[in-house]
Amino acid sequence: MDTSLSWIKAYVPELDVTAQEYMDAMTLSGTKVEGFQRLDADLDKIIIGQIVKIEPHPDADKLVVCQVDMGQGEPVQIVTGAPNVEEGQKVPVVLDGGRVAGGHDGKMTPGGIAIKKGKLRGVESNGMMCSIEELGQSRELFPEAPENGIYIFPDSVKVGESAIKALGLDDVIFEYEITSNRVDCYSVIGIAREAAATFRKKFVPPVVTVKGSGGDVNDYIKVDVKDIDLCPRYCARVVKNIRLAPSPKWMQRRLAVNGIRPINNIVDITNYVMEEYGQPMHAYDLDTIAGHQILVRRAEEGEKFVTLDGQERIMDESVLMICDGEKAVGVAGIMGGENSMITDSVQTMLFEAACFDGPNIRLSAKKIGLRTDASGKFEKGLDPNNAKDAIDRACQLIEELDAGDVVDGMVDVYPGVKEPVRVPFEPEKINALLGTDIDTDRMLEYFDMLGLAYDRKEGEVIAPTFRQDISCTADLAEEVARFYGYDNIPVTLPRGEATTGKLPFKLRVEEVAREIAEFSGFSQGMTYSFESPKVFDKLRLDAEDALRQTVNISNPLGEDFSIMRTISLNGMLTSLGTNYNRRNRNVRLYELGNIYLPKALPVTELPDERMQFTLGMYGEGDFFTMKGVVEEFFDKIGMTKKRSYDPEAGRNYLHPGRQADIYYEGTRVGYLGEVHPAVADTYEIGERVYVAVLDMPSILPYASFDRKYEGIARYPAVTRDLSMVVPKNILAGQIETVIEQRGGKLLESCQLFDIYEGSQIKEGYKSLAYSIVFRAKDRTLEEADVTAAMKKILNGLESMGIELRQ
Amino acid sequence: MKEKLQKIREEAMSQIRDAVDLNMLNDVRVGILGKKGALTSVLKSMKDVAVEERPKVGQMVNDVRGEIEKMLEEARTSMEAAVREARLKAEVIDVTLPAKKNNVGHRHPNTIALEEVERIFIGMGYEVVEGPEVEYDLYNFEKLNIPADHPAKDEQDTFYINKEIVLRTQTSPCQARVMEQGKLPIRMISPGRVFRSDEVDATHSPSFHQVEGLVVDKNITFADLKGTLEEFARELFGENTKTKFRPHHFPFTEPSAEVDVSCFKCGGKGCRFCKGSGWIEILGCGMVHPHVLEMCGIDPEAYTGFAFGMGLERIALLKYEIDDMRLLYENDTRFLKQF
Repeated sequence: MDTSLSWIKAYVPELDVTAQEYMDAMTLSGTKVEGFQRLDADLDKIIIGQIVKIEPHPDADKLVVCQVDMGQGEPVQIVTGAPNVEEGQKVPVVLDGGRVAGGHDGKMTPGGIAIKKGKLRGVESNGMMCSIEELGQSRELFPEAPENGIYIFPDSVKVGESAIKALGLDDVIFEYEITSNRVDCYSVIGIAREAAATFRKKFVPPVVTVKGSGGDVNDYIKVDVKDIDLCPRYCARVVKNIRLAPSPKWMQRRLAVNGIRPINNIVDITNYVMEEYGQPMHAYDLDTIAGHQILVRRAEEGEKFVTLDGQERIMDESVLMICDGEKAVGVAGIMGGENSMITDSVQTMLFEAACFDGPNIRLSAKKIGLRTDASGKFEKGLDPNNAKDAIDRACQLIEELDAGDVVDGMVDVYPGVKEPVRVPFEPEKINALLGTDIDTDRMLEYFDMLGLAYDRKEGEVIAPTFRQDISCTADLAEEVARFYGYDNIPVTLPRGEATTGKLPFKLRVEEVAREIAEFSGFSQGMTYSFESPKVFDKLRLDAEDALRQTVNISNPLGEDFSIMRTISLNGMLTSLGTNYNRRNRNVRLYELGNIYLPKALPVTELPDERMQFTLGMYGEGDFFTMKGVVEEFFDKIGMTKKRSYDPEAGRNYLHPGRQADIYYEGTRVGYLGEVHPAVADTYEIGERVYVAVLDMPSILPYASFDRKYEGIARYPAVTRDLSMVVPKNILAGQIETVIEQRGGKLLESCQLFDIYEGSQIKEGYKSLAYSIVFRAKDRTLEEADVTAAMKKILNGLESMGIELRQ
Repeated sequence: MKEKLQKIREEAMSQIRDAVDLNMLNDVRVGILGKKGALTSVLKSMKDVAVEERPKVGQMVNDVRGEIEKMLEEARTSMEAAVREARLKAEVIDVTLPAKKNNVGHRHPNTIALEEVERIFIGMGYEVVEGPEVEYDLYNFEKLNIPADHPAKDEQDTFYINKEIVLRTQTSPCQARVMEQGKLPIRMISPGRVFRSDEVDATHSPSFHQVEGLVVDKNITFADLKGTLEEFARELFGENTKTKFRPHHFPFTEPSAEVDVSCFKCGGKGCRFCKGSGWIEILGCGMVHPHVLEMCGIDPEAYTGFAFGMGLERIALLKYEIDDMRLLYENDTRFLKQF
């Protein structure tokens, strides 16, 4: 929404502020001004002059030498090449030291162009006569300006006065951000009302009177509204003997600064009223309305209609149509039809000011792919009581502009009159909510400025229907706060019962995850929650894989963002790929983010959101580096019991011989491995990639920050080294399990210290060496204790086909 | 005898003086004080001394011995010191050679910003609460006073799973969830991922993060809201930060406000960073709408509250002067390493 300062001043005549003051104060009282543009920002010293004499230039055929009367002293000599100058014309002249906004080609120069006196082909020139483009404007907004040449004023202007003023360029255009609850402020009058209240000035809205020219509207038109739910009010008036002509300059100017191109008096009046009252209007050629009757009804499914822009559009049953006795003549609230539009031959005209259901207009505009100024206003939900004022105002302007004869009376279909809302006035509650001590009279003053009446007897504030945002005490408190000033409300802190600030357990565990990852050299990444269904093929998932069951977005930004991820690897591998592609070396990333597993398909309840702690790396380090990070994380969150690694995980996206599912106390809590080279290729990573994914909901039940001091061993340990030749298919983990199970209570630890495969060892075997430590808490161990334990261990190992090397 | 001892003493002094290393010094010690040493042999010859003379001679021998031991000790100490000195000299390193770093990883700027926000509010007694990212329409809209036909619900802003389930467009549904549990008073913040149907560019992302705050108690006022957020802004952006509350509209608060902070780059004078205004918009807030309290089972006659919400990315971009939002989701380590 834009307005010019001059138009606001038309309703707040006492308003006298600078543009900056207006912007600041309006913003603080709730009508946010986003910015402003002074139309004369780049114009300086531009005066109306009159050409008194034109002589040819002695040395140039295309130039002439003009003597221009500037209203004081001798005429000024100006050389020009403009083709349209004649003696006696009044023109805008920029004098020596002045500025214009741009060139006559319409190209603007920020800050303007300084004009200095000089010589043109040897003849002195002391200024410049200006085209409309040089004044920073366009023929779009000043249609009377010549296509190529100097702007010519009508004879009524006074020589020596400011040309800027005469053109109405001594004005400021404000751009507002109107919030969706203040529908009334999508109009000049609405904003003027706020401006008057903000600056404590008198608000003077137009006084609407229509003289009328006799007759009875009911003899011209009948209106029948079938779908009153979509059209709560329909007002119609008729104007006969239309006299089409350009609208007056002041109206053209006001429309122009609001960005609306002037066309003719009838079209301009409908646009003017739409801007002024915020009520879109439509004008039909009454002679094209069959049966002189209007029917408002929903369209038929698939109904075709040509709007006045010449486009054929297809309707469905939810779109509301304006029809005559035979056919549709307009799409309600959006655009009229080509078949009923005003043409130069119009005789009699039907004015429509209606109120349509906002959400329906919004949806219809979307459905038929046509959003107009009118639909933009209707979709916000207009006040039906505004329609009559607006249509009368339009008729008043018809009479003032002598554009036709208004037939007496109005057809008004308005079965459910909207009544003002009454809100109990409870000043103490308002003060309690705001934390203020504002007296009652002051509050009532604010209400009065805004047009909210006070019923003293009932103790109620009556909100006019255009203020549909007011329905309870909190709403009144907002009005008070806005005009008391948010700045003036005191600053306190909540009192009352103290509460403990805290982080939930889940977030504390995530914090440890971040710490461990970062200490291990991993930086935190973030990736999107939605991705492409093609991801599953990139990760080589089976067609039957359960992860392909996804929660889908019904209106995604595109296929690439259409499913909620069920696996976190795609984001990680994509990020690693980006880094690899940018030649970053030794990259380690981690992410803490959710996957979304549907509980049932189709989706009927919220999916299972599972936080995944995902680590990925390429460059330095290997499988066991990654395994180390996982184990340190477990240690730090108190998961110090035995973890086991199952190499038979069978995950297609990982190297078949370098992957493991991670189990803790029999629960699978995650997996790790080297990424399958085919997958690494897909993500264009030219090195070995290692990943680990930990499923945090599976981990949380085992995590704990409770710690207990166990004492430091006081008795000596006994260490036995054990060297063995082992069939290759036996895993170190299996050997350790045997040692741990058979070592008994005295076993303190077993540590692999050597592993060897090669020529010294027979085919199909490997050599492993463990250092096994025994210790008792309460005594020094005897040789016999250790021998007994070792014997059990050795027996166990031998039964697995392991040869011991003593 | 006396002369003999005197001679041994002088001999010792000269030998000690001549010794160049600890080995030679040791030889000197052995040569004089050892089993076969000169002084030891004097002691052995005591039997030739008259009995009455023996104590006196013994005393003399011991004195000489003590003297020599002292000299030996002094020589040894100074020699060791010289050896250490020489070693230290030889061990000089170039301290400007590169450090051996552990290459610790880096936290995402969003997380750093969030942790700052959390620290401030936890200090003020707020609990951190999480809610689902895929959310019922009921919580994301309806219970927040956003009825079915509200423009914010329009498909162009919201990602839908189906009619009832959406990707949450704000962290505000957490307000409704916490209020519904009915445990009062409430002081909570709720950070998390939210989604809006915006194409990716330098200032938009279809997925970003918000932090929501909610306080519900008896006698909570708009003044309390102002005080809390002023405190927060000073903590986050610096002691001299000023705040400006502008009236605004949100469906779930009334009255509502947008909050600007004085530009932390220019201090409010106006610069390119704040587009000349001296102010930077950082959050939206307001008093919890009585309808919202009511819909969540809290008596609006007995309780009032305030709520606020801010975009985490916006805070991170502003605070760390990041000029393109896309950088936050590319995970280029050259970017992440700067935090």
